[in-house]
Amino acid sequence: MERDGRVFLMGEEVGHYQGAYKVSEGLLEKFGAKRVIDTPIAEAGFAGVGVGAAMVGLRPIVEFMTWNFSAVAFDQILNNAAKVRQMSGGQLECPIVFRGPNASARQVGSQHSHAMEHFYATVPGLKVVAPAFPADAKGLLKAAIRDDNPVLVMESETLYSVKGEVPEGDQVVELGKAQVVRAGKDVTLVAYSRTTHVALEAAAVLEKEGISAEVIDLRSLRPLDEGTLVASVERTHRMVVVHEGWPYGGVGAEVSDRVQRLAFDALDAPILRVSTLDVPMPYSAKLELACMPQADRVVATVKRLMARGRA
Amino acid sequence: MRPSAELEHLSQLYRQMFLIRRVEEESARGYAEGKIGGFLHLYIGQEAVGVGAISALRPDDYVMTTYRDHGIAIAKGMPARALFAELFGKVTGCSKGLGGSMHMFDKEHNMLGGYGIVGGHIPLAVGVAYASKYREDGRVTLCFFGEGAVSIGAFHEGLSLAALWKLPIVFICENNEYSMGTPLSRSMSVEDVSLKALGYGMERDRFFADDVLEVERRIGEAVERAREHSLPTLVEVRTYRFRGHSMSDPAKYRTQAELEEHKKRDPLHRTRTALSEQGISEERLDALEKSVEAEVMDAIKFANDSPDPTLADLEPTTYKGPFAY
Repeated sequence: MERDGRVFLMGEEVGHYQGAYKVSEGLLEKFGAKRVIDTPIAEAGFAGVGVGAAMVGLRPIVEFMTWNFSAVAFDQILNNAAKVRQMSGGQLECPIVFRGPNASARQVGSQHSHAMEHFYATVPGLKVVAPAFPADAKGLLKAAIRDDNPVLVMESETLYSVKGEVPEGDQVVELGKAQVVRAGKDVTLVAYSRTTHVALEAAAVLEKEGISAEVIDLRSLRPLDEGTLVASVERTHRMVVVHEGWPYGGVGAEVSDRVQRLAFDALDAPILRVSTLDVPMPYSAKLELACMPQADRVVATVKRLMARGRA
Repeated sequence: MRPSAELEHLSQLYRQMFLIRRVEEESARGYAEGKIGGFLHLYIGQEAVGVGAISALRPDDYVMTTYRDHGIAIAKGMPARALFAELFGKVTGCSKGLGGSMHMFDKEHNMLGGYGIVGGHIPLAVGVAYASKYREDGRVTLCFFGEGAVSIGAFHEGLSLAALWKLPIVFICENNEYSMGTPLSRSMSVEDVSLKALGYGMERDRFFADDVLEVERRIGEAVERAREHSLPTLVEVRTYRFRGHSMSDPAKYRTQAELEEHKKRDPLHRTRTALSEQGISEERLDALEKSVEAEVMDAIKFANDSPDPTLADLEPTTYKGPFAY
């Protein structure tokens, strides 16, 4: 926002309230009400306002208090943000960022726990990123704001308290680049956002049992970094994808399809997925934990995988 | 005798309306001949709305509308060649043949498109007006939609935000009495669409679109309110479409007598008669109509002779920069 006067932030409670999760704390004081705009509860309305403003040259950041609420703005993202460039034969651009926390929080029930990235990543015209660490949260957001296409930044309420080194200054993380966050040789765990931490936890448990797991943090879901995935599975020959959201289709299915297609000969076993169970998220704390991908389920899945395919 | 500036202006408006009428008649023919696919929604009968309203604008003002967009695009300055080439799905079309009948875009003329989801473009237009206020560029946005859009949520959210933020926009509800096949009486509890403005604390207006000059004057008041005071207006313009909702609609839900009654109020006839009565000779009107005819025929020939888009046109129009896969 300091760098480019065309950038503004719009959303519910982003200004005077300082952000529902304090992500925008201090921005109103710093940039004023012209550039930090509180909206009424009207997701379709203000998402569309952002798209319209982007079409004529501004660079909006639209915050959804959670991505769950983007469901009522889905038409604006699907039919306008993603398509206006093609519908206009390339005449108009849509340099907009939609951001907010995504997927489960803690016991917020079925309507507030959606992993929305699976819907959006299927849409050509959009880019989707999901950082797991503070440095990437900064670097990917900067890259998203500077990108000339609509970019959806999926944060996580459960990660807002994670601490980590963040480079000073103008640090940008290129969209479409995954990162190997732990090297290993027996199996590749593919994750992003909150489940990167789940995968790392599982990898630590597996290490004690003599299984060396590599962990890839995708960071970017569209575009997807095929190169890093293929290079890893060529070393480890096994892969498990860990993500929130239901098992029918989605990012894990996409990763599985691409890796088996691009690196079939490197695989010693089928690619497995650890996802949220195939039910709406329950409120009960115990059941919620049972539904979400946890390290123990990842460990069990890896062990099943290791037990086969060493022929 | 040299016609007055007013008369010259009216004959220009007549030329635009006549051009739209002929474009739409030829579109219907192109559809019947199989040159145009998909959906085709004609503007015949409603020409005075788009022409009169857009005549109240500056060239740098913005316009957005629905899928019934040919007339609006022409009125905003899109060349007939670009329009027919788009309808025929050719790469020389305004949107390279990728948009089609419902998606006419012309950035150069600030025609920001026709949109296919009822009401979905209303928040976009509010965003365009938002950008004008943000940049203080003095531009006004006209947002056209049908009365069918008034029942959908995006209408409410768009108007609500425009009023809250005092944006330079004019919402023009082209009330043609039927949302597809459903008459007003069966789609709205209150037939006066303009009354919705009251709930937003927004100025409103409501009138019939028989006279293109009246449309220009009344929309002009709303445009001035937007430009001078940065305030939105909801304007309900009562009009009537002479054809069905789209080409697949024979319009059996209304009587021939009702249609004939409305045709008596055809804004084109009215304007032509006015010009004639005020001293524009039949010879001059013929010449004007012939020049339109030549323009339309040239555009159709251009579209016929143009090449199709290719697969190579798709990736660069989906993303700016490398394709994100």
